[in-house]
Amino acid sequence: MLTWTIYISFLGMALLMCLPKERPQLARRVALLTASLGLVVALIGASAFKPDGGIQTLVDYSWIPTLGIQYNLSVDGISLSMVMLTAIIAFVGVLFSWNIETRTKEFFAYYFALIGGCYGVFLSFDLFLLFVFYEIAIVPKYFLIASWGSTNREYGAMKLAIYSFAGSALVLLGIIAAYVASGANSFSLVELAQHSFSEGQQAWMFPLVFVGFGVLAGMWPFHTWAPTGHVAAPTAASMLLAGVVMKLGAYSCLRVAMTLFPLGLQMWSPYLGALAVTGIVYGALVALTQKDFKFVIGYSSVSHMGFVLLGLLSLSQIGLNGAVLQMFSHGIIAGLLFAVVGRMIYDRTHTRVLNDLQLMQLRKTLPFAAIVFVIAGFASMGMPGFSGFVAEIQILIGAWHGFSAYAILAGIGVVIGVAYTLRVVQKAFYPDKTEISRAELKPMELEPITIQEKVGAVILLACTVVIGLFPGVLLDWIIPAFESPLFDELRKGVGQ
Amino acid sequence: MNPLQFDYSAILKLALPETILVLGAILVLFIDLTVMRGRDAADRSSVLALVSAIVSIIGIFVFQFLPKTGSVLDGMLVLSPTTVLVKQCILVFAALTALISWRVRFTEHIGEYFALILFATTGMLFLSSAQHLLMLFVSLELTSLSLYVLVAFNKESRASAEAALKYFLFGGVAAAFTLFGLSLIYGIAGSLNLETIAMNLSGKEPDLIFYVAVVMALIGFGFKIAVAPFHLWAPDAYQGAPTPAAAFIATGSKVASFYILLQVLYVGFGEFAGDAGGGHFESGWQPVLAIFATLSMVIGNLVALAQTSVKRLLAYSAIAHGGYALVAVMANSVDGTAAVVYYSVTYGLATLGAFAVVGVVEDQCGDDSMTSLAGLKERSPVLALCLMVFILSAAGIPPLAGFFGKFYAFTAGVKSGSPDLGLIWIVAIGLLMSAVSFYYYLQVLKQAMVLPSAKNAPAIHANPVVLLVIVLVAISVILLGCFPTLLLPDTGVAVGVLSSG
Repeated sequence: MLTWTIYISFLGMALLMCLPKERPQLARRVALLTASLGLVVALIGASAFKPDGGIQTLVDYSWIPTLGIQYNLSVDGISLSMVMLTAIIAFVGVLFSWNIETRTKEFFAYYFALIGGCYGVFLSFDLFLLFVFYEIAIVPKYFLIASWGSTNREYGAMKLAIYSFAGSALVLLGIIAAYVASGANSFSLVELAQHSFSEGQQAWMFPLVFVGFGVLAGMWPFHTWAPTGHVAAPTAASMLLAGVVMKLGAYSCLRVAMTLFPLGLQMWSPYLGALAVTGIVYGALVALTQKDFKFVIGYSSVSHMGFVLLGLLSLSQIGLNGAVLQMFSHGIIAGLLFAVVGRMIYDRTHTRVLNDLQLMQLRKTLPFAAIVFVIAGFASMGMPGFSGFVAEIQILIGAWHGFSAYAILAGIGVVIGVAYTLRVVQKAFYPDKTEISRAELKPMELEPITIQEKVGAVILLACTVVIGLFPGVLLDWIIPAFESPLFDELRKGVGQ
Repeated sequence: MNPLQFDYSAILKLALPETILVLGAILVLFIDLTVMRGRDAADRSSVLALVSAIVSIIGIFVFQFLPKTGSVLDGMLVLSPTTVLVKQCILVFAALTALISWRVRFTEHIGEYFALILFATTGMLFLSSAQHLLMLFVSLELTSLSLYVLVAFNKESRASAEAALKYFLFGGVAAAFTLFGLSLIYGIAGSLNLETIAMNLSGKEPDLIFYVAVVMALIGFGFKIAVAPFHLWAPDAYQGAPTPAAAFIATGSKVASFYILLQVLYVGFGEFAGDAGGGHFESGWQPVLAIFATLSMVIGNLVALAQTSVKRLLAYSAIAHGGYALVAVMANSVDGTAAVVYYSVTYGLATLGAFAVVGVVEDQCGDDSMTSLAGLKERSPVLALCLMVFILSAAGIPPLAGFFGKFYAFTAGVKSGSPDLGLIWIVAIGLLMSAVSFYYYLQVLKQAMVLPSAKNAPAIHANPVVLLVIVLVAISVILLGCFPTLLLPDTGVAVGVLSSG
């Protein structure tokens, strides 16, 4: 059933390409239908999912027998969480793209090509297939940003594309090396994970694949595509980019690099962990100084993705749980923040400069945006009750077991996170009255928030609150997933 | 067996497709001089394009009725299922080239033009089945001479004449190298038949003369497949030649040349591959190819970054792709053969398609600069979409054919080229350079798909036949990418036969 999330997206893409270009409204409806079908299929698949069963194969047939490549789509609790995230963000992203007027059908066609690729990565249990979908997901991003973006869009799009492709070149090198070294004529993730690569091989294959995927996860110092890309992208694309695409990288780090090369993971985790912590603190500090509203969110994404990587590298079960939970949580929260900044504010005011926004009294003109952003801000800074808290606290506990210094530094990162979030909340929505003279104020007549935006924002808020209050919903899927044979080798090196 | 005893029926049976092509070429000339005499060049070219394409397609189907294996005249014509597949692919490229020459405008000499395409194709067919050095050289020359003339066919263009002269001079020197190399090999091994050469040389310690001979022969082949440092003719020839001729050089000729390179190295000198792997170097032809491949990947991709003409860009990208395919040649294994055939054919399809699209745009805008593609998406959505497929395939994006080709080539090279992942270094260079290549491929697509068209840029109307060819090629690139086994199983079986026999 879940495989249909992929097919529906690509069918939707094909259908959108065939629509007449004079009818944007039709394109929007088709897009909404495609996204809702994807969401419905994901929900049905999730309800049919039995978390105790480990990996459940959905489809598996021989694709290219010469090289032992299987068309193997399967699902475990981790991929199911990611599929749900993709489905939710895809659906909400369409709602927040309702105002795209130029070349609407093309926009949504690229959009669903990207979504289809993301679903594919999360469901692939064959390494070759996973890489195929991974690459499929990269290409449409370039066109989405270069064609429909804003500030510096061609630069941002090209930078993102080149970084992504350079990352995937590293990954491909690692994949070829692992395939040949295993000598098994198979790309099955489970089979490769059960093959013991020699320590010498793992020592260089692990960083290749981990860093290669890590580029897309916004790993410091290869993160620089992320802020420029996010800022240049149109709203729905930044939601997808921060919400789902960065998770492709982190998810593949876990799914491929860590399961195939567990010894390499142990060798490299202190060093890569240092990079992750640097990302957390650096991202947060840079976010603190930005003048552009969207750059703040962009750097906050780098910081939050640093938590995911730290959790993955913490070599502890609780850290891994937290990392997967953080992927979901950050996907939802970042999507929401970008929606507020990109769609609700920028599309109306045509500026993202904080000092200009300060004068517009957005709290009064766009009260809904203000409320949503404040709540999302709380979620983002890790306030208990929201999903960010349960995720980050587990990561910090996990990191404490392995690398207590990193945990302390990451904790400082959380504090800076509070600072920059409060700073933008204050600047954008609650300016200090004493600093601004009345004459400077320029309240604007802004188009009211549309029903689509309200629905989208409420869905995302609901998700973060539900997961914050009942993290078990996801953890019941995630924790048993680590019991599957895929993680056999990894578990040996992981503490509680 | 006395090689002078000919069994003509056996020869004719195996060389039937080639015979049909030659007859077809004469038929084309005949039609041009009689029935179509005095007609407008465009009308003549549409009739003759159709005739040439039909002749090529008949050739493809004739193979269904021929034996899949066979050998005549001491290895002058050796068929195996892989060779048959390669020949059929070459014929497909010939048919496509003829069809994209539908209503050409650059020449009045329509009959000669199509006859030359068919003659070149005949040369390529003989080339791919030659396991005999003499036959190899003769068919190589038949191909090359026809192609030199085709490049010069646009007599009104100085660029065309210059390109042809450059191609001819470089080609002549390269042919001299090849011939010299082959004559030394004959002197050392005492035979012209590749299998006999392999037998005679087996177990001997190679000496200096042998290496000189092999390197000289490789230089000649290096020219034909346009790998660095013998690539200098390619950009000029691709840009100056009439578009269909350039497309044919980049596709059919490439496929045939790569295949014969494989035959010579694997069948004739399989024992002397040497090893270019890190840590266990051993002299032989593999290290030579490693140098060619590295230079091609680096020079091709870096120089392509600076191009403003799309055809030149495709030329440099072709040089880079030659380097990727050489990695598969270095495998010296069954996988190597399969990978090279798959790679050269799928790359050929994408290139032919890209050339056809650029040709259509050039016809209507007057030049092939990158900016003439601006806004292609609005001026002709179908062409733009097809161009995107071709360029993304060349860039190696799944699920298009170019991705699997590159993947298979690299995997084959690492798997069997050298023990202990010895060749991973060259794959690393290849992948790094292909990450660089995305920049220029995306520049082309940016013009076509992202930027708005320039003011008063004309709408593009492709001729329906050309458009049909382009769409068909795009579909086949997608299909072969999603289902690589369509092109693979034959080669897999074939190579088994080849190595056991």
